[in-house]
Order: sequence, then C-alpha cells, then structure tokens
Amino acid sequence: MSDIFVIVEHRLGEIRDITFEMLWKAGELAENLSHSVSAVLLGHEVSSIAEDLSDRADQIIIYDDERLKNFSADLYKEIIAGLIEETKPPLILIGSTSWGMELAPCLSIKTGLPLATDCIDILSENGRFIAQRQMYNGKIFANVSFAETSGCLFTIRSGVFPKDKIGDRQAQKIQKGFPLIDIKPGKTFVEFVETAAGDVDITQAELLVSVGRGIGEEENIALIKELAEALNGVVSCSRPIVDKNWLPKYLQVGTSGKSVTPKVYIAIGISGAFQHMAGTNGAGTIIAVNKDPKAPIFRTAHYGIVDDLFKIVPVLKDKVLEAKKG
Amino acid sequence: MDIVVCVKRVPLTEEVDLVIDAQKKGVKKDQLAFVLNDWDNYAIEEAILLKEKHGGTVTAITVGNEDDEEVLRRCLAMGADRAIRVEAGDMSRFDSFGIVKILSQVVKDLPYDLVFTGVLADDDSYGMVGMMMAEELNLNHSSMVTAIELEDGKVRTTSELEGGLGEVSVVDLPALITIQTGINEPRYVSILGIRKAAKKELKVMDLAELGVSDGELAPRAIIEEVYLPPETEGAQILTGDPDKIAGDLVEILTKKGVME
Ligand SMILES: Cc1cc2nc3c(=O)[nH]c(=O)nc-3n(C[C@H](O)[C@H](O)[C@H](O)COP(=O)(O)OP(=O)(O)OC[C@H]3O[C@@H](n4cnc5c(N)ncnc54)[C@H](O)[C@@H]3O)c2cc1C
Ligand SMILES: Nc1ncnc2c1ncn2[C@@H]1O[C@H](COP(=O)(O)O)[C@@H](O)[C@H]1O
Repeated sequence: MSDIFVIVEHRLGEIRDITFEMLWKAGELAENLSHSVSAVLLGHEVSSIAEDLSDRADQIIIYDDERLKNFSADLYKEIIAGLIEETKPPLILIGSTSWGMELAPCLSIKTGLPLATDCIDILSENGRFIAQRQMYNGKIFANVSFAETSGCLFTIRSGVFPKDKIGDRQAQKIQKGFPLIDIKPGKTFVEFVETAAGDVDITQAELLVSVGRGIGEEENIALIKELAEALNGVVSCSRPIVDKNWLPKYLQVGTSGKSVTPKVYIAIGISGAFQHMAGTNGAGTIIAVNKDPKAPIFRTAHYGIVDDLFKIVPVLKDKVLEAKKG
Repeated sequence: MDIVVCVKRVPLTEEVDLVIDAQKKGVKKDQLAFVLNDWDNYAIEEAILLKEKHGGTVTAITVGNEDDEEVLRRCLAMGADRAIRVEAGDMSRFDSFGIVKILSQVVKDLPYDLVFTGVLADDDSYGMVGMMMAEELNLNHSSMVTAIELEDGKVRTTSELEGGLGEVSVVDLPALITIQTGINEPRYVSILGIRKAAKKELKVMDLAELGVSDGELAPRAIIEEVYLPPETEGAQILTGDPDKIAGDLVEILTKKGVME
C-alpha cells in the first residue's frame, strides 16, 4: 500500500480550507486505489492542528520545530524532498495558494518529480495520474499526464473539492525530528500586513455592482457608481481595476481581495476568472453583463446579458430610477 | 543593480472563439493578436524603476520565435538596456521544465543581482517557471511580490497571500522574484518609442550555442488533450433590445428583494 501525501497548509494556528479539500480528494482516490492518505504537517506547536486532522488521514507525519514557526518554502522544500526520497509517494498534493505556488515548483526541480499546477481534478487511469486543469483564463481545459517517474506533484485549486470528511480514518501520528541542522533559509519572515480598511465594507453589502476591466477607462467608472447609487447598492470591482489604482483595494472581490455575500451581485465587464469568482461563492444571484458570449462568467452566473455594457448600463439606471419613483 | 527580466508574448483571447488544433494539443494561434504578458509588463516596469533609482542595467529575455521579438522591442522602448531571444524552434515540444532549463542557461552567464519573472503567463496559466528557475539556479526567492525595497545587499519584499493579507520578508541578494500585477503603473509605450529603441541591442541565441540538447529538455508533463469546457447549465441569457433587457432586469432585482 502506498501513500498519497497531502501537504498541510495552516496559518496563524488555523488549518486552511484547502487542506481539508485536498484530504477529501486524497481520500476518494485512496479508496478507489487502495492507497493510504498521509498528511504532512510542518510547523511549531502543531498538536491541536494534528488533532483536527486525525479522522481524515491514516497517518500524520509531523515535523514540529521552532524554526518552522513561519512558513518557509526553503525549509519545507528540504524537509519534504527528504521525506519523498525516503518514502517515494506516488502522488503529492499541495495547495495552489500563494505559499504552495512558491513551494511546489522548487520541490519539483529539487526532487526531479513532474508538476501540474492549479489542477481542478485528478483522474487515475491504469495506475497513472492525470491532471485536469484550465488554460486561457478558463476558456480551454487540458488533461496533463506525466513521464514515467516514481511520483508526481499536483497543486490543487482552492474550492474545487468539498471540505468534508471522506471515509473512516484514524490517523497514526508520527513525530519526525528536524532533519537539517545547517540549512539557512535565504528569506526571513518579518511580519504580516493587512489591507487598509475603507469607508465601506463590501462583505456587508446586500447588493454589489461590480466593475471589471471591460469598463475601459477610469472616467467610465462614474457610470457604474451612478447605477449603484440608483440601486442603493455598493460598488465593488475585479483586480485589474485596483491594479490600475482606479478604485481602492478594499473594494476588490476575489481570492486576493474579499469574499462577499450579497443577495445580488451584478458583474459588469468582468470575464469571470476563478480568482474573481472564488470571492462570489456566497452571492445569492449573479447577473453578468459582458459582450463576449464565451466569457467564463456565463458558466457560473444565474442571469447573463451578452451586450456592450455602455448600451445596457445607462438604460438600466434610468429604468431603475423610473421603477423606484413609480 | 543588474536585473534580468523574463518575458513572454501571449495571445489575447477576449471575445475570440478559441479553436482547438487538429492534434488537440493546443489552440490555433494564427488569427490571434498578441501582447506582452500582463505580469511581465509589471515586471519589466519594476526593473526599470529600480534601475532609475539605483543605477545598473536591465536585460529582457524571451524564449520564442522571431515574432516574439515584438515584446522585447517593447521592453527596450520602456527602458531596458538590452534584450536576448533564444530561438528554440518548435516550442510545443517543451514543458515549463524545458523553458526553465533554457532560461537558466542564459541567465547563469549574465551579471545579475535580481531576476524577475511574472507570477503567471496568461496563456498556459502554469505559474511555475519563476520558482523552478530559482531552484535550478539555486537562488534565494520571494514570490507573488507586490512591493520591493532595496536594502544593503538585501531586498525587502511583500508577498501577496489570500484575502488581502501581505507577508513581508527580507531576502539576501542575488534573488529571483516573481512579480504580481499592481506592483506599479507600467509606463505607456509609443510606436515612436519602439522605433527609437530599434537601435538597442537585441541578441539572438540558439540552443546549440547555449549547450543544451533536446535530450535534456525532454518534457516531464505532457498535454494529452485540450478541449472546450464541458457544457454547464450556465446563465439564463436575457435577450432583446437594451430597453427590454433593462426592464427584465428590474423585474429580477425586484423579485430578489433589492429594489428598495
Ligand atoms: C494569485 C492571483 C490572485 C488573483 N486575485 C484576484 C482577485 O482577488 N480578484 C480578481 O478579480 N482577480 C484576481 N486575479 C486576476 C484574475 O486572474 C483575472 O486576471 C482578473 O479577475 C480579470 O479581471 P476582469 O474580469 O476585470 O478583466 P478581464 O479578464 O480582462 O475581462 C474583461 C471582460 O470585459 C469584457 N468587456 C470588454 N469590453 C466590454 C464592454 N464594452 N461591454 C461588456 N463587456 C466588455 C470582456 O469581454 C472581458 O470578458 C488574481 C490573479 C492571480 C494570479
Ligand atoms: N517562453 C518564455 N520566455 C521567457 N520567459 C517566460 C517564458 N515562459 C514563461 N516565462 C516567464 O515565466 C513566468 C510564468 O510563466 P508560467 O510559469 O508559464 O505561467 C512568465 O510571467 C514569464 O516571466
């Protein structure tokens, strides 16, 4: 029986959802392939984290050391590479998160194992693993296989698998010693910094009118503000609008912005990249205005308008004002 | 401060119906317009800003065909000092690992304190070339960076984590950094600027010159098949003229209880 490894991601004492999602998928694969599931946990004073994982893996391999207090791709890489060398797992899952995106490629080069990033599913065919992933902003899907090797690395997109427990597992905890005495990481953690809060909190809004790169020019944002005002809603936006400094960061929806839970989310000139849509999972109804009928947002939105936003938005604003008067 | 920036030319896919090629290994590109990868535009700008402040040189590199020189000329017009293109023939025979081998082979012989790549290429969305290169060249690294400050022999970076959280770190030079969008405001490049930059050095190298053989570049990850997204139920599309659509929308908004 060989192990599927899941690298546990945790931050400030809390297990991150991606860890549960990867353990779910690992559990499902393990059941079909009669593998076992190993959670690999690096950190300092992590016994309560290990406890929370104990019914989701068959083994928890724990490296608990002062030097692992903060995430360090350098230390993780060395330790996990050593563990891979020793145990040769056929499949290693890492979160496609900021930390995972730093760790996984380094680990791939260090171990010589192939890597597929940002996978949305893992298929198994005749004992080989195949990655399903997206390209071209979600407009194309691809299946990726690997050259013959002892194992392969996958980074897994957040939110594609359930967070639930799968199967009955009782983890055996295996404490490992910190294996490297003389490695000095090239990067030193200083501090975490939060995005400055603003005068509105988009996470509390009932109605969001959200603007994306399709708006074209900074001055056109006025159109969106007027519509939001007519609707008594709040303006939010996609990342490029913040990158261009057209709106402040605290209005950004998505993985690197905020997760929102409005009754209605109106997305205008937003293509629907998963990093954006991840922030809208809690929205009741999503309405999308986009002139590209193939825009990925139409796959997840409830209502769609395939048209030029400059034709729709002003008319909609007038209709809203009219309706509110009458 | 000598900085090397890896850049890629990528197709624009907005409002186009992507067509899968006959081998089902990629999309047909002959009808597409191309641009400098968004992340790389921020990376080259950041390098030039650092050069303007601290002196030094900026070198832009791409692995690609002759058409890809377009993005190198753009980098030169923005203020890069020189550019290198590696002619690698049919690019579809490489995976990221191959690209990393080639790039590393070029970079290792250049003077540098910093190497920049984008976080992600807009076409394949792998997000791995940067950190693979860091490991291949045995460089210190910081990823998904939204702020850089130079300190004596070190660089202070802010990496973007999820949910708007930033992680500040100090990294010893030389280092490889992957640049996230929004780190700066990339300057405007005029056609005239691009023409003027034609005088700057654009060197073309080939694989033989770099001493890498196809054997070393054999892919480890193989695209089996690409395909259009599976059909989903998708959105209910509202049709008609803008007036009709707006009317329908008001009705929906009323039903959902947000018209008060
Ligand atoms: C690590 C990481 C984190 C990220 N985090 C986030 C995040 O938190 N939030 C986020 O939003 N993004 C995030 N992104 C970026 C994300 O991948 C996309 O690049 C981004 O969401 C695209 O924004 P957009 O839809 O506004 O722009 P585009 O993708 O450029 O889409 C613009 C859309 O407007 C349409 N359009 C153009 N003109 C018109 C018109 N006149 N009328 C109607 N429609 C029009 C086009 O058809 C197109 O679909 C992140 C990326 C990375 C790598
Ligand atoms: N062919 C290439 N030539 C030069 N740089 C590249 C190439 N492909 C990728 N890169 C760099 O690697 C980054 C990430 O690309 P990827 O890993 O393919 O998503 C890009 O933003 C570029 O900086």
